Amino acid sequence: MKRFLAATALALLPCFALAETPCCSTGDLGLIIERATGSLLVVDRSEHAAVGRIEGLGDMSHASMTYSPDERFAYVFGRDGGLSKVDILEQKIVARTIQAGNSIGGAISDDGKLVAVSNYTPGGVKVFDADTLELVADIPAPGKTIGLADLPGRRFIWSVWDSGEAYLGDFSGDEPVVTSLGHVGKNPFDAVVTDDAHTYLIGLFGEKGVTAIDLWQDPPKPIRFLNDYGKDQEDMPVYKMPHLQGWAFSEGQFVLPAVGQYRLLWVDRETLKDTGTTEVHGQPVFIIAQPASPYVWVNFATPRNGVVQVVDTRTHEVVKTLEPGKAVLHMEFAPRGAEAWVSVRDENKIVIYDTRTFEKKAEIAAQAPSGIFFTARAHQPGL
Amino acid sequence: MPSSATLIAVAACALALPVWAEIAQPRAAELEHMVIQDCGSCHGLTMKGGLGSPLTREALDGADREVLATIILDGVPETAMPPWRPLITEEEALWIADYLLNREQTQ
Repeated sequence: MKRFLAATALALLPCFALAETPCCSTGDLGLIIERATGSLLVVDRSEHAAVGRIEGLGDMSHASMTYSPDERFAYVFGRDGGLSKVDILEQKIVARTIQAGNSIGGAISDDGKLVAVSNYTPGGVKVFDADTLELVADIPAPGKTIGLADLPGRRFIWSVWDSGEAYLGDFSGDEPVVTSLGHVGKNPFDAVVTDDAHTYLIGLFGEKGVTAIDLWQDPPKPIRFLNDYGKDQEDMPVYKMPHLQGWAFSEGQFVLPAVGQYRLLWVDRETLKDTGTTEVHGQPVFIIAQPASPYVWVNFATPRNGVVQVVDTRTHEVVKTLEPGKAVLHMEFAPRGAEAWVSVRDENKIVIYDTRTFEKKAEIAAQAPSGIFFTARAHQPGL
Repeated sequence: MPSSATLIAVAACALALPVWAEIAQPRAAELEHMVIQDCGSCHGLTMKGGLGSPLTREALDGADREVLATIILDGVPETAMPPWRPLITEEEALWIADYLLNREQTQ
């Protein structure tokens, strides 16, 4: 009898455990933006499976997110100005505010206490308490803010598309202290902080060139480089702005998307001198370093967006061309680099590749997927 | 659920239209998909704007279809709006202009 009870208890336990504590860890989970339906797909990275869907997030074109330090909560930045705090374990929205008319992305402070949002309309940066989403600071800007990223010490950095200025905001004290870093160039379209938080790199749309700000310098000053790249030929139309968040920093180099050209640009990290170009399939959108490898993966703007190319950072040569499907929007690597997850918007799926063999390992159905975000991002500065 | 007044207004608009650019399926569906997804990258999925201007019916405020088609085909210099002429025909640009001027508001 006792044995029978024990067996019953054992048999019941997993079900009970499932019902009461759906899961207790989020380390290999992720969220995928389903842009047209305003939803998030919850995925299990190890199981190659969707495990849930969270709805009601509004206009998710160009949506992105950042994670709390415990990897339980995601802060989702919607195009419609919506800022949503999502509980991954409970699979629901726990707080939501429409904080602007139109926004483009955000960041979380290094201590996880503040969430900042980059807004187009009205232009500026708003900073919120990460627990409650209460407004902590409102920093207006003379235009659309772009390239918002976190810096150590509860600071954020951002640029303004219309005025071409960059700003540093320090939120460690009672009152925010915002400092202008000066003019960085015409129409900065995106910017990124290097993985060592040493350099803020700013891509320019309004003119040729890239701007770097050495953040370890006091005071930091903008330096222009690549001023003459690509002047030998006419630019092609840019049907999608490149993204810089995945800018690869590999082999002592930056790898940058040329704007208006089917090229990657290689720049020496120390000297900011160009070290080469790579002809690729289309206008690059994301260039993302495969962790623990010498490779970067590149996707492209419409209409040439059915292809992903893998480039060797040592030789600058394309080593593999993959065709995941129609409208590849984003790529995210398993944190140690074993897999690449690729979102294929027009085929409503995520394709998972083995990065050593380039074999397809699995596919997951998703509704018009765009950004893929694994929770491991919680511990990476700049993400 | 649109009110009957809205429906009447929409119907009146439709009647007042000169000519709808005629594009056969499945190309029309492709164009609609392109407007929502690719134009939506900059103008928002609900066309309320982003890096690009809002393209809601209110924002367009009855703009001339030929003018809109020209902007679509040739882009706007000094801005991020690219010329779409390499990808679509003039008739298709007019179809998109008509679509934007007459689409149901999603919100």
